[in-house]
Amino acid sequence: MSSRDTIFKAIRQGLGRGPLDDAARAKLDARIAEPPQHIRATVDDADLVARFAQRFESRSGTTERIASLADVPAAVAALAESYAIAPSAVVGTALGELAWPEGWQIDHGAATIDVMLGVSLAWRGIAETGSILMLSGPERPITHNFVPETHVVVLPVEHLVRHYEDCWVALREAGQGAPRAMNFISGPSRTGDVEQTIELGAHGPRRMHVLILG
Amino acid sequence: MEFRSPEFKTRAVHALHDANLQKALSNTKAGFVVKRAQAAAEMPEFEALRDTAAEIKNHVLANLDHYLEKYEAAVTAAGGHVHYATDAEDARRIILGICKKANAKRITKGKSMVSEEMSLNEALIGEGYEVVETDLGEYIIQLADEPPSHIIAPAIHKTKDQVADLFAAAHNKPRKTDRAALVAEAREVLREKYFTAEVGITGGNFLVAETGSSVIVTNEGNGDLTQTLAKVHIVTSGIERVIPTLDDLSVFLRILARSATGQETESYTTFSTGPRRPGDIDGPEEYHVVLLDNGRSKMLGSRFQDMLRCIRCGACMNHCPVYGSIGGHAYGWVYPGPMGSVLTPLIKGMDGTYDLPNACTLNGRCQSVCPVRIPLPDLLREIRHQQFRKDMTPKRQKQALKLWRYVAERPKLYHFAERIGVRILASMANGKGKLRSLPFDPGWTGARDLPAPTGRTFLELWQAKRGDK
Ligand code: SF4
Repeated sequence: MSSRDTIFKAIRQGLGRGPLDDAARAKLDARIAEPPQHIRATVDDADLVARFAQRFESRSGTTERIASLADVPAAVAALAESYAIAPSAVVGTALGELAWPEGWQIDHGAATIDVMLGVSLAWRGIAETGSILMLSGPERPITHNFVPETHVVVLPVEHLVRHYEDCWVALREAGQGAPRAMNFISGPSRTGDVEQTIELGAHGPRRMHVLILG
Repeated sequence: MEFRSPEFKTRAVHALHDANLQKALSNTKAGFVVKRAQAAAEMPEFEALRDTAAEIKNHVLANLDHYLEKYEAAVTAAGGHVHYATDAEDARRIILGICKKANAKRITKGKSMVSEEMSLNEALIGEGYEVVETDLGEYIIQLADEPPSHIIAPAIHKTKDQVADLFAAAHNKPRKTDRAALVAEAREVLREKYFTAEVGITGGNFLVAETGSSVIVTNEGNGDLTQTLAKVHIVTSGIERVIPTLDDLSVFLRILARSATGQETESYTTFSTGPRRPGDIDGPEEYHVVLLDNGRSKMLGSRFQDMLRCIRCGACMNHCPVYGSIGGHAYGWVYPGPMGSVLTPLIKGMDGTYDLPNACTLNGRCQSVCPVRIPLPDLLREIRHQQFRKDMTPKRQKQALKLWRYVAERPKLYHFAERIGVRILASMANGKGKLRSLPFDPGWTGARDLPAPTGRTFLELWQAKRGDK
């Protein structure tokens, strides 16, 4: 008997029953198709942007409001200058064609070990916890989120939602199933592994800056 | 991981006299305990979420076969592979096979307690692979050649100076003493490993049946780099970790971080669903999930089924006075503290684990903080019952209990003995209010004092008080 069979047999033995009948299965499948909605955290803030920013900043992230996508390069350049980061970045093509200032080197490929700056488009922002949701794909390379020391994320306000659950609704509406990777990111990488004292930049980005667009 | 639970008593005594460990443990109380209490207080829905989480887990356990099938089908549809392992040996065989096929030399690992259950590192290293733990805490204890002492903070027992020594010896660099510099040095060293590893192994906090996703929750981002940059990603998880939908998952995301570290959320919650897709320019080319049973299916339908709700948050050990005094290593296996004292006898067997449930004081703090409301004290008591039925209780203890019972069933005798006892103890304490050692049980006072009675029994005081009125 395969390990799989052994385990399934043991599970059913433990539960004191054989395989579920069709009716029981159909009921469970219906629970997946129409997921029951559970209790959520109250987010009664009228101003979701303020809530998002306050929460995100509470974990050492920073935010800035910009008016249009065209403002992204200047905002990134200003940030790079203030932290003395060289004018070079990996940028997901999901952000479209941006007019970068002269002297900037922009790469759309996967992030390599020496990349210091990444610029990405968020898929959703969640006001509840001040988190962003990134999806993987050719236009949104996943390495951009984790390899660079500084990560700048563009979050259009119309993609800012209240709860995690709102992301699931949007994801199901998009109809593509789950992408290969989805990341909720809630601030810079951190560790408390040395004497329970928080240090930023453990392995992922040391700095995270969200450009709230709109 | 080596099984050393039979040595619990000696290791506990050793721990009590380890000054570094005691210093480190005192940090836990101020850190995790206070922060969890704050996080819970700040969220009005927290208690209701705990109820819901327990209900979801119960629903899954009652239908575990079905949800595993659903999950497996979804992973397969996404191009991934699900492997089932009945025990640690089975799991090692599967993972060694995958690594061999991948022509691996270097393997990076995110934190996974299930892989500790499998004794995976030992097996991989034995076959000549270089294994690099990437969670900073795991990396530290790997350098120290020690097992984890906490399920979410594996190096909690190490002081900064000890870390500095370990890094100086391993990295061939000048010794750093600044915390930030130590973290930066580890970052630099590990970065190169992520980019050159052929296989990345992570745990799986949750497995979502709806989408076929494995979910990890981290603060460091090491798990993400591990699984993104290696060619092959292997997830290790327990068969009980599946949950039906993303909406069910949301409930757990709200309680896990709050219970574990007192955070509203960790920095990263990552979902992985199969290998890279057509057009993707990064991500692993192969995706495997190894689901371990190792005694879990036997808990289903037993008195210990509730234990399978565990989401490995660590709150029970953070709040356990015994864990707080002796740390995790004394427990001698993968899982320490209250949850470990239940799991270890169930997984490793009753032999050699006698002391674990008996070290518990049944104070109930673990149950009061467990996010999925596992009745840990009841389960520990049940293991004690089973030990008793197996006649594992030491003779001396049985005789003492028999004697106590004889006296307790005779109130006059009991009060007489009690009156004499408190007077003797009071005179022994000599007005200091505590006893440093007990003549008939020196072990009990080896690492603590016995608060001494004042010379009169409760009943005497009560009667005197009533007489006053
Ligand atoms: S038993 Fe409860 S408190 Fe302990 S680790 Fe498991 S879920 Fe957390």
